[in-house]
Amino acid sequence: MDNKIKKVDLIFEKVDYLDILEKSFKRTQDEIILDVIDSGLRGRGGAGFPTGLKWKFAKNEEADQKYVICNADEGEPGTFKDREILTQSPEKVLAGMALCGMATGASKGYIYLRGEYNFLLPSLSATINKFHEDLKELNFDFTIEINSGSGAYVCGEETALMESMEGKRGEPRNKPPFPTSSGYLGKPTSINNVETLVFALMIAKEGPTKFKEMGTFDSRGSKVFSVSGDTPTAGIFELELGMSLENFVNEFGDGDTKAVQIGGAAGFCVSRKDFKDTVIGFEGIPTGGSMMLFNSTRSMFNILKDYLEFFEEESCGQCTPCRVGCQQLLKGIEAVKKGVKPPAYLDELQKLSETMKLASKCGLGQSAPNPFNSIINNFREEIIY
Amino acid sequence: MSKYKVSLKINNLPVSVDEGTTILEAARQLNFKIPTLCHHDDLCVAGNCRVCVVEQEGSRALPAACATPVSEGMEIRTNSMKVRQARKNIIELLLSEHNADCTKCFKSGYCELQEAANEYRTGDHVYLDVRSQNEVDISSPSIEKDDSKCIRCQRCVRTCTQLQSVSALAVTHKGKDMKISTFLDKPMNDVVCTNCGQCINRCPTASLVERNYIDQVFDAIYDPKKFVVVQTAPATRVAISEEFGLGPNRSTGKLVSALRRLGFDKVLDTDFTADLTIMEEGTELLTRLKEALVDGKDVALPMMTSCSPGWIKFQEHIFPDMLDNLSTCKSPQQMFGPLAKTYYAEKINKNPAEMVVVSIMPCTAKKYEADRPEMRGSGYKDVDFVLTTRELGRMIHQAGIEFDKLDDEKYDSILGESTGAAVIFGATGGVMEAALRTAYEIVTGREVPFANLNIKPVRGMEGIKEAAVKIKDVKPEWSFLEGVELKTAIAHGLTNAKKLMEKVRDGSANYHFIEVMACPSGCIGGGGQPIPTNMEIRKKRAAAIYEEDEKMAVRKSHENPEITAIYESFLHNPGGHRSHDLLHTHYSPKKRY
Repeated sequence: MDNKIKKVDLIFEKVDYLDILEKSFKRTQDEIILDVIDSGLRGRGGAGFPTGLKWKFAKNEEADQKYVICNADEGEPGTFKDREILTQSPEKVLAGMALCGMATGASKGYIYLRGEYNFLLPSLSATINKFHEDLKELNFDFTIEINSGSGAYVCGEETALMESMEGKRGEPRNKPPFPTSSGYLGKPTSINNVETLVFALMIAKEGPTKFKEMGTFDSRGSKVFSVSGDTPTAGIFELELGMSLENFVNEFGDGDTKAVQIGGAAGFCVSRKDFKDTVIGFEGIPTGGSMMLFNSTRSMFNILKDYLEFFEEESCGQCTPCRVGCQQLLKGIEAVKKGVKPPAYLDELQKLSETMKLASKCGLGQSAPNPFNSIINNFREEIIY
Repeated sequence: MSKYKVSLKINNLPVSVDEGTTILEAARQLNFKIPTLCHHDDLCVAGNCRVCVVEQEGSRALPAACATPVSEGMEIRTNSMKVRQARKNIIELLLSEHNADCTKCFKSGYCELQEAANEYRTGDHVYLDVRSQNEVDISSPSIEKDDSKCIRCQRCVRTCTQLQSVSALAVTHKGKDMKISTFLDKPMNDVVCTNCGQCINRCPTASLVERNYIDQVFDAIYDPKKFVVVQTAPATRVAISEEFGLGPNRSTGKLVSALRRLGFDKVLDTDFTADLTIMEEGTELLTRLKEALVDGKDVALPMMTSCSPGWIKFQEHIFPDMLDNLSTCKSPQQMFGPLAKTYYAEKINKNPAEMVVVSIMPCTAKKYEADRPEMRGSGYKDVDFVLTTRELGRMIHQAGIEFDKLDDEKYDSILGESTGAAVIFGATGGVMEAALRTAYEIVTGREVPFANLNIKPVRGMEGIKEAAVKIKDVKPEWSFLEGVELKTAIAHGLTNAKKLMEKVRDGSANYHFIEVMACPSGCIGGGGQPIPTNMEIRKKRAAAIYEEDEKMAVRKSHENPEITAIYESFLHNPGGHRSHDLLHTHYSPKKRY
């Protein structure tokens, strides 16, 4: 493995997006989709579903109406890259949506914008208006609307997001059916992260090869990281995937990094002893972008408690393992800390976290135990004493 | 359209089922029971309690059997080590947030969480107590809501929105604070709730139960100064047997014996006032038709039945512009009350102030109805206490009466005589059938033109039914009805009622007379009936109701000799002055939240 991290500039690169669209519209839907499949692009929201396959499924559905949704409900603690993309390259996001619309046969797109990002509304709306004019010139029928979120973390989950868009309470749906067959208003819907859509546009521009050459077999291309915590260089960085955490820490750490939380509150905590063997990517630890560095002044108990308080509040509450499980994990570590429960109670809670992972209805409850398990496994003594 | 078949294996046994079948249903076909809590046969799928998780070969997560459709080649295990551990943990989690005061709980023995816990629990409390502290909402005279027992399965919410279109109950807040609540957390009595009690029938725990008045009724019975009479609604006599594990059954005679053994001074019958309702409501309909057709008056048609207090409150909230269409007749329960405290009190020489009228109802809305300020026609509270079929079951158990061993007994007289037309009030379409049997005969002098008086088009479980009866060769005084096709419609369950009302309001449907019952399948599916409920059970109750009708000597309300007698000696005319004072009422619009 190379010992340097590689900075990339695809997402924020200024491009002639109309030219990319114009050329793409002359190709067939299948050609566009095959390029995306071939590039190996996987969803940049964190779950990592192959984007091209998602588009193919949506394209293959017969329906009088299909939708494209841009998931801009960037709620994962420690993630702030979509905000930056929407600020710096909004027209590339819109063009990515139009490309997806063309490829899947959707004439309507929505941006589900995180409620806290409403300050972007005026500029984003203006960009959309101009984009609609541009599309008229290209003679392509596709319109985009913004749908403002209301602050629930769970609405970043794609089906909860659609419930919310439909005016209902934001609760995840049962899957199947998946959104590509029955999504927004029951119609085939491709829902993609902000960053994913921009990469898809760049793949249309450059062809799949350039993208594919970056990264590793499982994690092609580059990714925008949101770096925060105990670091002298917090901010947004586009990096090639597949680097080791050690290289990452060497670049961004403050020299005293004891742990990195990869993937936000729902992600994994890696301790110093594992930096060397940890790959950042789908074969190692995947991330929607959040990289939080902690130095030795930090209490891992407090960090875990913060995460669990977050989940206890942000679980939608509909399914038992997540609603009650999150409360039990939080109350449980507090009880162990206070000596109300013996240290062995943590083992009981780890069994519970297994149930949460296996039996929760959506990704929230399935991933809420990640920080718990990884912090207990690496810093058990900090939780107990 | 024939459905595709899907082949899969459950616990290594092959099974072939229709496409779209859930894993839960497929497992049932192989006689594997998978425990469920949020699932209910009457409701849409939720998949949120997760108790029904199963292991699927090749899948990391455990899918919920109730919410996952089968797919070709699927291999499912319903009781693997993983499944068992997850299920046990989930039940423990539910118990950690549930106020498990089982020994004091009204639902003990009927609680689905208790049943699941009994099956899976090892006995040790693993998790910390995360119960919420809350006040029990007893604002409603019908429904008691205790959030500390709620397991957030949302069956009540689905019942309230999907089955009833009332939406008084909704999910509010999120995470640990997520709960089932009302508009702005208002008390149950201050919101759009119709008190239908369907949520109670489907609540797996005791988070929603009826306000029970068992002690008050026993106190009245024990009080030597009180003269306690009891009336029994049609639908209770085919369902009370379920409280004793006997299934839906015709048990009128045993019901009467049990009530007498409980110590009621007189055991009387709401069926009598059901017959009376037909006389009053039938006359009202014919009067409205005459006013419309002959006098050219602007009267509200179609006329709509008013026996179902859940339906009445629904109209007051949701369609306040259509209150004039409701018949002004009180429900049979509320006709019984004032007659008991006037006519009957006089006949048996009792002071109405010392009388206590108790009614046994399949209904929770009847508790609210009895409390309405209009319901004091006798000068006293007409009906003092309303008990559900379930509460009566509990009383019989408490009194040590062995229900199945009782001999059949007959109702006391008077106010105890009834007809087959009255008993069918208990099933959807029954009021319509009873009304048609009488009205047709009054107008034409002949019986309704249906074999054996059974008006089949108005029966059955279809959500909205329509029937038209051509009126021919009428008696001279009804000549204005000659050749008229009397158009009727029947809806049961408030979602169906709402659909029907919207059609009536926008003019796309034209009827003369509409029967609505708030509860699915009518009173036999009432919110006070034994738990559990499902379509199969309700069909059996309906079958028992119609059997009861067929066995009755008299099957037309106007031929009930006691009805003839009460009009001769007391009421004089249907819709007359005394009827108006005692048997009719009015409605008022209510806010929609």
